[in-house]
Amino acid sequence: MSASAQDTAVKTGRIARSLIYLVLIVFALFYLLPLYVMGVNSLKPLAEITGGNMMALPRVWTLDAWAAAWSTAQIGIEPTGLRPYFLNSIQMVVPAVAISTVLGALNGYVLTKWRFRGDTILFGLMLFSCFIPFQIVLIPMAVVLGQLGLAGSVPGLILVHVVYGIGFTTLYYRNYYASFPTELVRAAMIDGAGFFRIFWRILLPVSGPITVVSVIWQFTNIWNDFLFGASFGGTSQPMTVALNNLVSSSTGVKEYNVHFAGAILAALPTLLVYIVAGRYFVRGLMAGSVKG
Amino acid sequence: MGFLDISNVTKSYGAVEVLHKVDIAVEEGEFLVLVGPSGCGKSTLLNMIAGLEAITSGDISIKGRVVNDVHPSKRNIAMVFQSYALYPNMTVAQNMTFGLEMHGVPKPERDLALADVARLLQIEPLLARKPGQLSGGQRQRVAMGRALVRKPDVFLFDEPLSNLDAKLRVDMRTEIKKLHHRLGTTIVYVTHDQIEAMTLSTRIAVMNKGYIQQLGTPKEIYDQPANLFVASFMGSPSMNLLPATVVAHEGALHAGVTDASGALRLLRFSAGTGPRGHVGREIILGIRPEAITDPEGADRKSGNIQPFPNLVGITEPSGADTFVTSEIAGRDCVARMRADADVRPGQAFEFAVNMDKAVAFDPVTELRIG
Repeated sequence: MSASAQDTAVKTGRIARSLIYLVLIVFALFYLLPLYVMGVNSLKPLAEITGGNMMALPRVWTLDAWAAAWSTAQIGIEPTGLRPYFLNSIQMVVPAVAISTVLGALNGYVLTKWRFRGDTILFGLMLFSCFIPFQIVLIPMAVVLGQLGLAGSVPGLILVHVVYGIGFTTLYYRNYYASFPTELVRAAMIDGAGFFRIFWRILLPVSGPITVVSVIWQFTNIWNDFLFGASFGGTSQPMTVALNNLVSSSTGVKEYNVHFAGAILAALPTLLVYIVAGRYFVRGLMAGSVKG
Repeated sequence: MGFLDISNVTKSYGAVEVLHKVDIAVEEGEFLVLVGPSGCGKSTLLNMIAGLEAITSGDISIKGRVVNDVHPSKRNIAMVFQSYALYPNMTVAQNMTFGLEMHGVPKPERDLALADVARLLQIEPLLARKPGQLSGGQRQRVAMGRALVRKPDVFLFDEPLSNLDAKLRVDMRTEIKKLHHRLGTTIVYVTHDQIEAMTLSTRIAVMNKGYIQQLGTPKEIYDQPANLFVASFMGSPSMNLLPATVVAHEGALHAGVTDASGALRLLRFSAGTGPRGHVGREIILGIRPEAITDPEGADRKSGNIQPFPNLVGITEPSGADTFVTSEIAGRDCVARMRADADVRPGQAFEFAVNMDKAVAFDPVTELRIG
C-alpha cells in the first residue's frame, strides 16, 4: 500500500513499523529521563523537592539554584560556588587538548610518512599507553610532578593529561595518515617543501575529520577526569572535584536543587562539544578506522 | 659524459640487491624510457634519480654535478606521479605554483610562468578548480603542468598514463610526444607498457630483475633484441620463438624447423646473418609476426622472402590485420597478414617468411647469436 514511500524494496507491515517506532520512542524517553529529572528539579525551590514529587514540574520556577551552584554554594570550606573551578577546568582542558592533539598529529605524520627503523615498535609502545589504568601511574606521576615543581598546579594537570592522551591521539592520526597517499608527500618534497611545511600545507588541511575525533575524545576525557584532578589538582582543582565536594558534603542540609544545577553545569561543555561536532565524530572515526 | 649520468648505480635493501650496476648516460633532449615487468627495478631507479630513495653505491650526476646527496628539491628535476599526486586542498593554480612558491619565486613571476604553461596545456579554464573536480585526463594535464612550470633540467615520469582509460591513454601519449618535440626537454619515463616505450622514446632501457637487459633505440630493441627476454617482452603479439637446428645447405646457413605435419623444412638466413659457427646445433629462431605473411603481402624491399607451406590453424581478424596461427616446430606461430588475405582455418597455405628480419638465440645463454 504505502510501500512506494519507502526507500527500499523490502516491505515492512504497518503494524511492525509502528511497533518499532513505539519501542524506539519508549527507549528514547527512558534515556532522557535523568536529564528531565535534573532539569526539572534544578528549577524548583528546595522545599518543593523535599516535600513533593521528583517527577513533577515546578510550581514555582526559579533560577536560584543555578545561581547558587555557580557562585555561592559551599565547596569544601569556601562558599565560592563552582565558578573558580569551572575556570580551572577551562584553563586545564584547552591547552591539554590542543597540545596532545598537535603532538598526536605530528607523531602520526612521522610514523607514516617519515618512517624509520623501529617505528612500528615505537608505535606499539605508544599504543600500549592506551591500556594503562590511571591508578597504576598515580604514585610515579606524583613523584615526577613533585620533581618538576608542578605538583598541585594547572600546568601539572596539563602535563599529566597530555602524556596520557598522546597514545590515543597518535593512534587516531597514524591510522588516518596511513591512508594518505605517500606520493603527495614525495611530490611536495620535490617541490621543495620541508618537514613542517609539508605537514602544515599538505596534510593538515585534509585532517579535519580526525581532528574533530581527537578533540572530542580528549575534551570529554580530560573534562570528565576526576582521579587526576583530585590527586594532582592541589589548590587548582577542576570542576569534577568541586562537584564532588559540593554534592557529597556530609554536613548541613542537602540542597538537591543546587546539586542538580551543578551537575548540569559540569556536563554542559562536553554536551556542547558533542552537539556542535558530533556528526563529524562518527565520520572521522570511520575514515580513520576503515581506511587505515 | 652525458646530461644525466647514471654510473655503476646499485640499490640494496639490507642484504638484497635489487639493482645491479646500472650504467646509462642520457644526452640532453633525450627521451629515455625505462621499461620492464613489475619488480624489475625501473621505478626504484627513477626514485633514485629523483632523490626519493638513497643510492647504495655508484653515482648519479645531472649536468656534471653528482647529486647523490643532494635534496630532491635542489636537483632541478620535476616528477609526474602515477596517481598524479595533486594536492587535494589546493586549486589547480596553487598546485602548479606550489613548487615555485617553495623556491621563493615572487608572485608576479609565478603568475607569468603559470599563464605560459596553462596556455601551452590548454588548461586555463581549470585553474580555479580543485583536483577533485577534474577528470582523469585533466588531472594528468595538471600534473604535467606542475612539472613544466618549474622549467627543470630533467623530467621524470612514473607510469603517468596507467590510470587512464585506453582511448585517453593513446591521446595523452601523443600529447607527451608533441610536448617533447616542442620543448626538447630531457625526459626519463618509466612504464611497463612496451607500446608506450616504443612510441615515445628516443632510447629504451629494457630492464628485468634489476639488470639492464638492453639499451638502445626503439628500432634496435625491436629488430635486434639482445636476448630472449627482450625479444619476448617487446612487441605485441610477441615474437615467435621457435626451436630450430642450424643446417649448412648449398653453401648457405639455414634454420631447420618442422611444419605442422612434422616434416623438416629449411629457411635460409640472409647473407651475412645467421648463427655462424653453430652449424648442427640447436638454436631458438625468432621471427616477428609481421615477418610471416601471405606471399602478396610480403615486404617488397626484403631480399630474402622464403616460402613456407604449412597448414593454417586458426585465424583471428582484428580489423586492421588478420592474425593467423599455424604450428611450427611444435609451437603456435603467429603471422600478421593483411585484413583481406585469403586464409581459412585448416587450409594448406604458402606462408612467406621474411628472413631478413629473423634473429637467432642460443637456447642456453639466451643471448642473440645472429
